[in-house]
Amino acid sequence: MTVKDTVPESSDKSEKKGAADAYVPSARRVERERFKRARARRATAVAAGSTLVTAVALFLLVVNSPGWPRTRETFFSAHYAREALPKVLEGLLLNLRLLLVCGAAVLVLGLLIAIARTLRGPVFFPLRALATAYTDFFRGLPLIICLLMVVFGVPALRLQGVTTDPVLLGGTALVLTYSAYVAEVFRAGIESVHPSQRAAARSLGLTGRQTLRFVILPQAVRRVVPPLLNDLVSLQKDTGLVSIAGAVDAVYAAQIVAGKSFNYTPYVLAGLIFVALTIPMTRFTDWITARMDRRRAQGGIV
Amino acid sequence: MPVANPHRYARRRGLLAATAALLCAAVAGCAPQDDSDSAKSPGPAPGGPAGKGSCGKGKLATETAGKLTVGTDKPAYAPWFQDDDPASGKGFESAVAYAVAERLGYGRSDVIWQTVPFQNSFAPGEKKFDFDLNQISISDERRRAVDFSPGYYDVRQAVIALKDSPAAKATSVADLKRVKLGAQVGSTSLDVLNDVIKPGPRPAVFQKNDFAKTALKNGQVDAIIVDLPTAFYITSAEVKEAKIVGQFDAEGGKAEQFGLVLDKGSALTACVSGAVDSLRKDGTLARLEKKWLSEAADAPVLK
Repeated sequence: MTVKDTVPESSDKSEKKGAADAYVPSARRVERERFKRARARRATAVAAGSTLVTAVALFLLVVNSPGWPRTRETFFSAHYAREALPKVLEGLLLNLRLLLVCGAAVLVLGLLIAIARTLRGPVFFPLRALATAYTDFFRGLPLIICLLMVVFGVPALRLQGVTTDPVLLGGTALVLTYSAYVAEVFRAGIESVHPSQRAAARSLGLTGRQTLRFVILPQAVRRVVPPLLNDLVSLQKDTGLVSIAGAVDAVYAAQIVAGKSFNYTPYVLAGLIFVALTIPMTRFTDWITARMDRRRAQGGIV
Repeated sequence: MPVANPHRYARRRGLLAATAALLCAAVAGCAPQDDSDSAKSPGPAPGGPAGKGSCGKGKLATETAGKLTVGTDKPAYAPWFQDDDPASGKGFESAVAYAVAERLGYGRSDVIWQTVPFQNSFAPGEKKFDFDLNQISISDERRRAVDFSPGYYDVRQAVIALKDSPAAKATSVADLKRVKLGAQVGSTSLDVLNDVIKPGPRPAVFQKNDFAKTALKNGQVDAIIVDLPTAFYITSAEVKEAKIVGQFDAEGGKAEQFGLVLDKGSALTACVSGAVDSLRKDGTLARLEKKWLSEAADAPVLK
């Protein structure tokens, strides 16, 4: 990168005619830019060199370790990757279906609980207390225990007309736990809206419900988009836990192949697939956040 | 004209060289030495049963000198172990482990039990046990990752279902094609389910047989597949409202066998194998089987 000065530093006396107002950088400036370029080139070269040395060192460390041949065969076997891929992808369908359905349910339920917790007025006390108890309980309860209770406990009741399908029950357990997390996120957003906003809305003649719908919630939700997406990424990885009841998800499909063959490659494969799924989600989160920051900086939308 | 400080360059270059040298040294020096070959004594030649030749106590390069470390999962299920206590000597696999130890010249007090989850028993790297027994079936595919002793038990798979479920009336493999089945992950029961029965409804796969039993009780699956001794134990002691529907013939006429798992290329494989062979030859295994495992004669074979 060179910096273009619009004002020459020293006027050159030996200017040719015709090129009277052509800009000719001074010798000092040319020298300075040349020096800067050289420094930049040198910095790049040093960085590349040290990266290369580090990479080579790590590579040699791994490849020369005594267990490497076995590790390669156990964790990076092309044969088992090929064998496991269709099964892992089939399992991934379950993860994605759960993510879509549970994600939507969690957002709706979480918002309702957050609204219940922030309602004003003494008449709503029982509702507020219930919502508080719910979030306290389900945020504290380990997810795996919640899953076990719902997935194996509900069918044990032998209720007529209640499903015993492990996927539905597992999804319910996920929604119970995650809606408690998400409710707290929404509540933080609602409480971060300045009280003057509510006062202003009410003084304009909006009812309590209208104030919430048109003034408070739009600001609250926009503020908590990044933590919400964080919870969704977390949910995406936890969908696999429903496999405790026998449903086969991506990680579990990998475990089935690994258990049969004593080879760990399917796990590596499933892990990489999950990472590949999370990356677009993370970029999307970053993009949303950046867009919101830009808008806020412009002072356009509060 | 700015002049670069020559000393700074010199120092930088020195730093870079030093870093490179350090990294190279790390590669040469940090690589952990494989001590399974060098530190421990070389494996003995395959000899006969222990106590003789090179297989006696003190001659084996065990995990802990003078002791035999045996791995199994927790919980340890009946009828293979009793009361989740492998050290009791009660239960078929506990008895087998102590019999093998005795053949190798280790007394009851020289055996250390180590909890090894199924997934860890075949993980590469240093093993924490001398041998592991956890109802692990021998297969050629698995031999690529671990060493096996010869089989110490010929296992058959069986189907159990609640007495009042339609699956309980099955008399052939074809009758099981339309029921919801379950089995444990990593088990050969699951292989039988997928390769022999090939059911229409997607089978349920459970982390532990405990979950499979619960799902069976709840009616979330119609039937589960386990090995025959486990099936007898479940139906007689744990889920009394279930019955054994039938057992399967050995696939391809070759009996499936449980084997002791050792580290790949373990120095003990030859001696442990010799011990298992001699236990089979002199009828000890058959005697222990009779003592701890129910007779499998009355379960009909599903064709």
